[in-house]
Amino acid sequence: MWPIETTDRARVDFFDLQPAEWQALLLTLRVATAALAVALPLAVLTAYLLARYRFPGHGIVNALVHLPLVLPPVVTGYVLLLTFGRKGPVGEFLDNVFGISFAFNWTGAALAAGVMSFPLMVRPIRLSFEAVNPKLEEAAKSLGAHRLVAFLTVTLPLALPGILGGAILGFAKAMGEFGATITFVSNIPGETRTLALALYTATQTPSGDLAAFRLTLIAAFVAFAALIASEVLARRLRARLGGGHA
Amino acid sequence: MLDVDISGQVGSLDLEAKFASDGGVTSLFGQSGSGKTSLTNMIAGLITPSSGHIRVNDTTLFDAAGGVNLPVQARRIGHVFQDARLFPHLSVKSNLTYARWAGRRPGSRDLDEVVDLLGLGTLLDRKPETLSGGEKQRVAIGRALLSDPRLLIMDEPLANLDQARRNDILPYLDRLCVEVGIPILYVSHSIEEVARLSNTLVILSEGRTPAFGPVADMLARTDLGRATGRHEAGALIEGKVVQVDDVWGLTLVDIGDAVLQIPDMAAKPGDAVRLRIRARDVSLAAIPPRGLSIRNAFDAKIKSISEETGPYAEILCSVGDQLIRARITRASVADLDLFTGKTVTVLIKSVAIDRRQRGPALPLSTDVPV
Repeated sequence: MWPIETTDRARVDFFDLQPAEWQALLLTLRVATAALAVALPLAVLTAYLLARYRFPGHGIVNALVHLPLVLPPVVTGYVLLLTFGRKGPVGEFLDNVFGISFAFNWTGAALAAGVMSFPLMVRPIRLSFEAVNPKLEEAAKSLGAHRLVAFLTVTLPLALPGILGGAILGFAKAMGEFGATITFVSNIPGETRTLALALYTATQTPSGDLAAFRLTLIAAFVAFAALIASEVLARRLRARLGGGHA
Repeated sequence: MLDVDISGQVGSLDLEAKFASDGGVTSLFGQSGSGKTSLTNMIAGLITPSSGHIRVNDTTLFDAAGGVNLPVQARRIGHVFQDARLFPHLSVKSNLTYARWAGRRPGSRDLDEVVDLLGLGTLLDRKPETLSGGEKQRVAIGRALLSDPRLLIMDEPLANLDQARRNDILPYLDRLCVEVGIPILYVSHSIEEVARLSNTLVILSEGRTPAFGPVADMLARTDLGRATGRHEAGALIEGKVVQVDDVWGLTLVDIGDAVLQIPDMAAKPGDAVRLRIRARDVSLAAIPPRGLSIRNAFDAKIKSISEETGPYAEILCSVGDQLIRARITRASVADLDLFTGKTVTVLIKSVAIDRRQRGPALPLSTDVPV
């Protein structure tokens, strides 16, 4: 993968990433990380509210959260374009007031990835919150802990394996997001062309088979590494939290 | 010290409770479904009553009229739940000190002191899942004690334990009740625990508190049969060990106007003990009988005879300033011509020893034939 001094140039070339491939890989990691950084805390909050409280509109919030899961990704991308695009009401407002624009740049790709991965994160996190006995928080409060402290010291650590699972799922989804991204922010090299989009571009190019194959290997390698890392982390967490917490 | 007068609706239960206590151990006694847990949850602040007030040591925790309703974390009530509710991801030590690092309650009690009091020294580094039921409850009690509480609520801490585990933990409760010096509200449906541990007894029945008062007086009352359960009826006698007879293995306990002989008590002269004598183990004789195997026979005066229609009658007799209950057939009452004020001979078949003192904790609450 990295440049190695050797006489066998042809073999090294195969494992030596081209600038365009590096660009796509780094961009994908940046987009997925940004999407995760913003969406994960929101997903934890949403999952906690859905798990612990029954409020008017509970069902509607639940449906809205899960909408990107059932809608065709193109539809989600198009809705994002209408809302956050340069002409969209929210996009125009953000551009005028804060100078933030999601149109046709990598932050837009991150937004699309975040929205698409949101339901995949909420689901396992919500399940893990539901598995934590709410009476433990009562006990924490009776010992003087305020609500937020009780949440941070008892419920959150106990739900951590589920949150980790949700984060991995969300990260994987964000890395592979295609439909909503290409609809919302198009396929611009260096700006919005992630691995998935680069792979798609390669398949559309005559004699792009080798490039497509190389991109497939890169994507597979990153996904595999993430899975191994999460497995190791989950095992450590389980050991620390004690049994009975999947 | 403890002043509760509240009402509210919890599910289908209409709760209306009123009692007061001078501190020490106050037992809340009632059968399943009588509202014990609802009432303690109101006192702890987990459920808000619709009216009334709750005061502990001159601090008002709740007062509907005055608009006072302290949140749970501000009430400073150590709550020992029936199911322990230890934090599974924390070690025993982190559980014990939770109120310090998460609740910001430094507390005046020393960790080592509580660890010593409850025998937790070897458990500190363990996780709750590796503890037995009795050990979990001891940790839960220690955790509550270290939260600097103004009141300790123990909601049936022994209910989920088998008899052997109960016997393991009872001596710790004995010490706790005598040593901690904070009022304790002890919830139970076991008359043995209540008789053994408490100073004040509050009876809870179908969401109401028909009676409360000093435990011996309450257990002597014959009008509370439905709330306390007939088979458990008995009187509580306080006494002092005067002599231990090693030859015959008998312990002599002075209860005021009489001295009881009790086998195998594992107490030493000077120990203060509580004896619970069940009404069905007490017989009455109109004239002092002779040639009996029963060793405990002494004179007492009949204080009251219950008016009942069934085959049995409850007789309350006074020995000095203490009361003994007897449960005999109404036919015997007629045959012996018993009436209030008459002096009879009380014969006691067996005595349940409810020791409440510091010391060796061998036989506990065991029925021994006399």
